[in-house]
Amino acid sequence: MTNDELIWRIAGGSGDGIDSTSQNFAKALMRSGLNVFTHRHYPSRIRGGHTYVEIRAKDDPVKSRGDNYNFLLALGDSFARNPQEEAYYGNEEVKPLTENLDELREGGVIVYDSGLLDASEIENFDERVEENNWHVYDLDLRGLAKEHGREIMRNTAGVGATAALLDMDLQYIEDLMTDAMSGDVLEANLQTLEEAYESVKEDYEHTHDLRAPTGTQEAEQVLVSGSHGIAYGSLDEGCRFISGYPMTPWTDVFTIMTQHLPEMGGISEQVEDEIAAASLAIGASHAGAKAMSGSSGGGFALMSEPLGLAEMTETPIVLVESMRAGGSTGMPTKPEQGDLEHVLYTSQGDSNRVVFAPGDAAECYEQTRKAFEIAYEYQIPAIVIYDQKLSGGHQTVPEDVFDEEPNPDIGSVVTEEDLEEAVQEAGRFKRFMYDDDGERGGVSPRSLPGQKGGNYLASGNEHNEVGHISEDPDNRVLQMNRRMAKLDSIRDELAENADHQAVYGPEDAEYGILSWGSTKGVVEEAVDVLNEQGHSVKAMNVSDMMPFAADEVTAFLESVDEALVVEMNATAQFRRHVQGQLGRFGEKLYSLLKYDGNPFEPREVVSGFESRISGDADLSQYNVRIESATGD
Amino acid sequence: MSAFNAIGEEREIDRDEFTPEIEPQATWCPGCGDFGVLKALKQAMPEVGRTPEETLLVTGIGCSGKLSSYFKSYGFHSIHGRSLPVARAAKMANPDLEVIAAGGDGDGYGIGGNHFMHTARENHDMTYIVFDNEIFGLTKGQTSPTSPKGHKSKTQPHGSAKQPIRPLSLALTSGASYVARTAAVNPNQAKEILTEAMEHDGFAHVDFLTQCPTWNKDAKQYVPYIDVQDSDDYDFDITDRGEASEMMQKAEDALYEGEVLTGRFYHDEDRPSYQEEKQATGDMPEEPLAERYFDEDYEWERSYDLLERHK
Ligand SMILES: Cc1ncc(C[n+]2csc(CCOP(=O)(O)OP(=O)(O)O)c2C)c(N)n1
Ligand code: SF4
Repeated sequence: MTNDELIWRIAGGSGDGIDSTSQNFAKALMRSGLNVFTHRHYPSRIRGGHTYVEIRAKDDPVKSRGDNYNFLLALGDSFARNPQEEAYYGNEEVKPLTENLDELREGGVIVYDSGLLDASEIENFDERVEENNWHVYDLDLRGLAKEHGREIMRNTAGVGATAALLDMDLQYIEDLMTDAMSGDVLEANLQTLEEAYESVKEDYEHTHDLRAPTGTQEAEQVLVSGSHGIAYGSLDEGCRFISGYPMTPWTDVFTIMTQHLPEMGGISEQVEDEIAAASLAIGASHAGAKAMSGSSGGGFALMSEPLGLAEMTETPIVLVESMRAGGSTGMPTKPEQGDLEHVLYTSQGDSNRVVFAPGDAAECYEQTRKAFEIAYEYQIPAIVIYDQKLSGGHQTVPEDVFDEEPNPDIGSVVTEEDLEEAVQEAGRFKRFMYDDDGERGGVSPRSLPGQKGGNYLASGNEHNEVGHISEDPDNRVLQMNRRMAKLDSIRDELAENADHQAVYGPEDAEYGILSWGSTKGVVEEAVDVLNEQGHSVKAMNVSDMMPFAADEVTAFLESVDEALVVEMNATAQFRRHVQGQLGRFGEKLYSLLKYDGNPFEPREVVSGFESRISGDADLSQYNVRIESATGD
Repeated sequence: MSAFNAIGEEREIDRDEFTPEIEPQATWCPGCGDFGVLKALKQAMPEVGRTPEETLLVTGIGCSGKLSSYFKSYGFHSIHGRSLPVARAAKMANPDLEVIAAGGDGDGYGIGGNHFMHTARENHDMTYIVFDNEIFGLTKGQTSPTSPKGHKSKTQPHGSAKQPIRPLSLALTSGASYVARTAAVNPNQAKEILTEAMEHDGFAHVDFLTQCPTWNKDAKQYVPYIDVQDSDDYDFDITDRGEASEMMQKAEDALYEGEVLTGRFYHDEDRPSYQEEKQATGDMPEEPLAERYFDEDYEWERSYDLLERHK
């Protein structure tokens, strides 16, 4: 077994501190100089039910959850706490072991809490251990924690045991605990940690070779999720107003923003529904604040009508669409990329909006900033679409990604001095002035309520230059053309800075893999593996969905013989978008689709590629499907 | 220099300032009660002392929603039922604005009913005018939430089986701190009530009875109106929720029996507005958000300084 990567999985019941324990452990690994990527798996249920968090740590960059895992910490969380609960949920105490064995790599390590779990209850356990050459350590973590007064500290005991088995320096973990706790609680935890560490070191014979990889990262890193990227990008763009209604996984961004806005002099509003949420963002922006809202599939559906209102009144707003598996309420805690078409085309009339799909936490930050900039400069709604995987999964990002100046610029808003000179008509400001010569790229001057000489009417009905409702055909055409022209101007602006859609892998590769959003990292890892195996492959992850990055994608597709389009949905929405936007390439495109609620693993992309190119990979063990763009 | 000089400008204000210089051709039918609302609003503005530029009028969709076309101020003609969420956020972003929301009974009590309840409950400092003509006007006469039980229309040919909504009681139980009803045919009372509503520091709900001669021939315009404040028969304390509630019930029952009671029904001057509540908990800045983007000296905080927790 190689020691270049550790994929540590902590499993137990929902609501039992698995999340916070794993966060701390991930940070400890990061502090030791490693790159880290976390993957959260949890059921849509508050208590009970099986949950796990996986932490992948490597010295090289980590871009995905990886293939399977090599270290299991099975905490014997009691799934039923009392007879009533047991009657309802059943008592499934051995789940932390049984549910996870299928994905444990050969030669992997298992630590389980013998204080609560009884391995002899598990069918064929010993046979499987032997067959797979697993190294099993049973420890009474509960007993140990109890000795120090608090049963919940069995998580801490488990981390101590992990550290001992992986030859890790306890210092990083201790520092983190010291930061997070104090007094007796800290004392008890430190004792539990050390005692578990010592007893594993002394009392157990270590039969495995797995060790924590050595980290050599020197640059300061931070452990953040895509939702942090989005929230921090918004704050740095001067967004000080958010309105929302809770819905998984959008709630991640909503709560991070809410945590910071009051102390940063901003406003967060939880409102009655998503129609209100989007409408509030529009109202706040109309009055002169930088504002955002957002939701997940079903909630975003409710925002469809206000989205159109923002388009028509040219009110800048940023909406976040955090996808989960659909349709309807779907699978609330599982990722999917199934809302692309919904986001691109929902709402009334011709679509006139900007859509970005960042691929990792750093891109979430950068592209959310871009979304605000474009929205306010061009007076158009911008949507950032990402998914549950990117929303909750944490990854290490160099700290200096965030070391950027704030940009509170409110965009194309006039001042009162401008208004003194401005063209008026019938005592109203020409807020929606035609752009006859196209010099303004479709953008018209915007005033704010309260500004002298700037009064106008913003209407969701078609309107003339001062905002009065108008069904005049000539006005209609001029206004439509002007609004649509903004998309071309934005396309030009985005093209100037298209390196976020850069090609990954050898320039002259024979084959391509095209992806969008959060599949970026897993595809890049697959490309590395494929090239090592002698294939010739490169990848492009597209994030400019509307206006579409047509030139970059065309150049990419022209340069390869064939391209596999990888996405997490059943109907190949992105591939269809590419074909629709470019009007060609049908014969070159194949889709690799996954929609079982779990993100792709690198090996699935590798096998998908091989099965398409050489026809010799077996995909039947995976929940993925290959589909041709032209039909068979 | 402030970016919003028009706010707080002290000068004589003339109601004609609220008329667009070239009036868009009115699409309201002759005899429509909506004209009465427009007129009363224009008359109230000089009393309140707010200029067109510091006033934001947010309307919904319907005949009533056209109000923002014929009234010159900053205007926002939103979508059906959503004037309140747009308006209340504008008020939060810039509390110095005079914010008025307006729409029909279908708009406000039907499709936007949820927002009505919640905006009242939060007690935003704004005025909400509902054009209550007991009918859907713009879409040609369908039954509305305030249409009487038994009312026949193309979509309820056998007569509505539903009880009408009780807008005054609903406003009160939801938390509105000012509740009144007036009527287009009562211009003086209408002006006074709108003035008082705008001056009130909290959510002021005005159920404004308007006639729709085109679709609702049974409209109440033919019935004499009684002002509950002017009549000795109706003695109650408008600051007392219980008495106000009883009076509202009376007015709401009577309406469909042909007796139209108007006037002020509830006025709580002590309840803090939402903005005050939110500022008290530290959830809202003291100075308007909208001003800040023009303040060159303001120090914008950076996310970089929040990274400690991620290390
Ligand atoms: C979401 C939505 N549903 C339906 C409509 C169609 N619509 C426009 S106005 C209206 C009803 C208007 O009635 P009311 O609010 O009472 O206003 P009035 O016209 O009587 O002033 C309806 C149903 C719409 N514009 N938007
Ligand atoms: S339809 Fe009724 S409400 Fe609409 S303008 Fe005509 S009279 Fe007024």
